[in-house]
Amino acid sequence: MIEVKNINKSFNNQQVLYDISSVFDKGKVNLIIGQSGQGKSVLAKCMVGLHLADTGQILYDGRDFTAMSRTEKSLIRQEIGMLFQGAALFDSMTVEENVMFPLKMFRKMTKVEMLNRVNFCLERVNLSGRNKLFPSECSGGMQKRIGIARAIAMNPKYLFCDEPNSGLDPKTSILIDGLIKDITSEYQMTTIVITHDMNSVIEIGDNIIFIHQGKKWWQGNRESIITTDNAEILSFVYASEFMKEIRASMREQRK
Amino acid sequence: MEKIGKYVLMLRVVFTKPDKWSIFFTRLIDEILNIGINSLPIVALMSTFIGGVIALQTASNMSNPLLPAYTVGYITQSSTILEFSPTIISLILAGKVGSNIASEIGTMRVTEQIDALEIMGVNSLNYLVLPKVVAAVLYFPILVIFSMALSMFGGWLSLILSNLLTSEEYILGIRSFFETFYVKYALTKTVVFGFLIVSVASFYGYYVKGGSLEVGKSSTQAVVSSSIAILIANFLLTQMILL
Repeated sequence: MIEVKNINKSFNNQQVLYDISSVFDKGKVNLIIGQSGQGKSVLAKCMVGLHLADTGQILYDGRDFTAMSRTEKSLIRQEIGMLFQGAALFDSMTVEENVMFPLKMFRKMTKVEMLNRVNFCLERVNLSGRNKLFPSECSGGMQKRIGIARAIAMNPKYLFCDEPNSGLDPKTSILIDGLIKDITSEYQMTTIVITHDMNSVIEIGDNIIFIHQGKKWWQGNRESIITTDNAEILSFVYASEFMKEIRASMREQRK
Repeated sequence: MEKIGKYVLMLRVVFTKPDKWSIFFTRLIDEILNIGINSLPIVALMSTFIGGVIALQTASNMSNPLLPAYTVGYITQSSTILEFSPTIISLILAGKVGSNIASEIGTMRVTEQIDALEIMGVNSLNYLVLPKVVAAVLYFPILVIFSMALSMFGGWLSLILSNLLTSEEYILGIRSFFETFYVKYALTKTVVFGFLIVSVASFYGYYVKGGSLEVGKSSTQAVVSSSIAILIANFLLTQMILL
């Protein structure tokens, strides 16, 4: 479980996050949604320590991340996996070397054990046998899946995904969403997904936080997001006429 | 001043114990290959030709019959050891190696690869920069010794081919008044220049913000700043060591 308490963050005297508090549960897919420039990524980066929050606390299973030294943070980070928007694979390394990298750095394993773990992770994301490819030889969807394989290589307790579906076709997006949902329940991770993708919201959103103007504007789940009358949620999630019709039909069905 | 402070803070993080020594040594070998071995062709080419030009220009200006012929060899030797090989080769390497390092690390920054390292718990500055610095400090002196030898060879070749001096006269000049201290001085300068080139370029690459345009700009800034740093350090080291 990750708990954030009263997080404030500003850049050059411009406040970006206002007093955000929330709890992200274990074994659930927690979504952070909101328009571009509202502070979603800043919140996630504060949570993993890429940005320092001005005030507030971030607790990883009760351990205060904000009060830790660099070495202590490094240990917590070994329990975190992160899938970046652009996958952030090391382009000088093969797929196998990318997935093996955290194991090489932090685990005392033999080469064979590491290779077995790499093959297991690649198989888990349906990329068996692609070990020797370089990231530049892989499609966007494959790169995201390699990113997931690398993120789960260390068997993390916490998984962060920054816009996992950006730039992907709908079918691949569904595949990635399914993968995130499956590994979350399989390994009982605390998963946090930053997304714009409304399909993801409806498909995998066990817990949804809507960030608007740097504030936590709304919190709910994939059921309540359909029924809510919150004006900002409606204008964000159901922005098009088509989505409005879908919402109306879903509400009708629930009645 | 703010940049210098940030640079010093960066160095404090760079010079910490590596997360894993075996990975550090693997990376060190890679960097010696990238920074050092791959620079051999340009260093060889520049040294041979400039050595040749130094010898030819010296010979063409030595019209005074009171000056012995071997003076050409002596001047080629001393200008090569004192200034050309350590300083000019370092300036050339600042362009080649510096821009390469700044763009490599800068690209890693804008494509979030450095963030990925940090999230894994890796000290990214130490992992990326320390092997490069150590490789430069260890290998640049070897490049400079190689450059010294080749530029003196270039001088000999140009004088022999143009019939301006005999081989014996040139070699006598090369060996005359030879001071091993000058070689030590040159190698000391080279170690400092190597450190400056790599650390300044890494600084510009690591702290780049934006996209490919900014990476290009940071690469240029890295070359300009490291060249200026080399010139200033050259002046200070000459004052401290030679005078």
